[in-house]
Amino acid sequence: MSWCAYPGWYLASEVLERYGCRMATGLGITLQLVAISVSLGCIIGLGLALARLYGPRWVGGVVTGYTTFFRGTPLLCQLFLVYYGLGQLRPFWQDVGLWWFFREPYWCALFTFTINTAAYQCEVFRGAIQSIGKGQFEGAQALGLHRIATLRHVILPQAMIVALRPLGNELIVMIKSSSVASLVTLFDLMGATRLAFSRSFDLSIYLYAALIYLAMVEIIRRLWDVMERRLTRHVAVR
Amino acid sequence: MFSNLHYIGFGEGGWGWALLQGAGVTISIALATLPFGLALGLLIALMSRSDKAIVRWFATVYTTVFRGVPELLTLYIIYFGVQIVIQRLLEGIGIKGFSIPPFVAGMVALGIVLAAFSSEVWVGALNSIQKGQREAGAALGLGKAQVFRLIVFPQLIRVALPGLGNNWMVLLKETSLVSVITLQDIMFIAQRGSSNTKEPLLFFTAAALIYLAFSLISWWFFERLEKRSNRGFAAFGGQTR
Repeated sequence: MSWCAYPGWYLASEVLERYGCRMATGLGITLQLVAISVSLGCIIGLGLALARLYGPRWVGGVVTGYTTFFRGTPLLCQLFLVYYGLGQLRPFWQDVGLWWFFREPYWCALFTFTINTAAYQCEVFRGAIQSIGKGQFEGAQALGLHRIATLRHVILPQAMIVALRPLGNELIVMIKSSSVASLVTLFDLMGATRLAFSRSFDLSIYLYAALIYLAMVEIIRRLWDVMERRLTRHVAVR
Repeated sequence: MFSNLHYIGFGEGGWGWALLQGAGVTISIALATLPFGLALGLLIALMSRSDKAIVRWFATVYTTVFRGVPELLTLYIIYFGVQIVIQRLLEGIGIKGFSIPPFVAGMVALGIVLAAFSSEVWVGALNSIQKGQREAGAALGLGKAQVFRLIVFPQLIRVALPGLGNNWMVLLKETSLVSVITLQDIMFIAQRGSSNTKEPLLFFTAAALIYLAFSLISWWFFERLEKRSNRGFAAFGGQTR
């Protein structure tokens, strides 16, 4: 008996024992999708937020359009648009040598999640940077700091503390929303669970999956609480 | 893609009407869920402020569970799980072949999740109302329920509005999930249309634009609503607090 069948055996759940390994693999895929898309989305989102705030006007307009579209439409619709919609342009992707990317549900899901979370994180960063008082900019300028140095040493460290909580929420939202990847034939945790249910008709498998998702979310929530407490030590005790 | 625009038109072989019907279903399920989810959310929020520890505990567990489990999973559990339970019960009294309408299952699942998220908003708003308001109400001889209905609730709405607006936006987008339990919303029609015509790019773009239109209208609407609800506070520059 491999390790992943053990929880099912221990809980005397036949269905969990039989599909435990698939679900463990699925959990791995879910974690990969979320970790990669949220990290990439963080970098892109920060870049977009800076472009939106300090870039030329037309760039700001483009970024606003981008965030409006991705925050105004469901993730499921975006995923189908990428996987089925862009997949329709097969000859074009083959010509430019990108067909391997748009053929695979895994890459499509990763791509969609990344650009989706980038839009949300862009708004988080924008709000956080705007919440920093004007005096901070002026003070840095008075000290003769360059604009980039001002951002790096004065604004962003303060903005990140403000952004921390919403970023944690975004990570939690992504863990949950990543379950729609199962609808483009990807066997993430949700996909593996759906497969197990369709073969066994044992509803308890959904409850076990719910517990796994719940555990992930709770771990992140607690981790974020610890992080926030540590990062705001220097701020007044509340 | 553009050579086949007639597929989403209203002429012969066009899916225009079907898409509009789908949009109607999306809006109806969102609007049907809203009052149920918000009322349940308010109830959970009031429970989390109860004197009894067990009631508070229930509220905590409720929000933790339904905020932590993916909506898709909740939807499956309600749709299949409740179905099985009711079927067993009905078979006991000799009725067979019962199935929950997908609309009801979708409404219940989305409402339960909405309740969990909106309860956080309600709690925040409840905390913003000073104790003196309740005490003044009690001093006037009002009962607990009367104080809530006449004094607390009208003030609550104004503070809760931005958060509830967010909840509505999330709900609107989450309705796209009900297509997996065969409810014929925008996503369902778009999927069917694209498999019939082999034009997924066209259909999912159309679907995305319909959702976008709904979102933009909602944003505009909530902005106006917030402005209106703050009109009594114009002296403070329209600030909420």
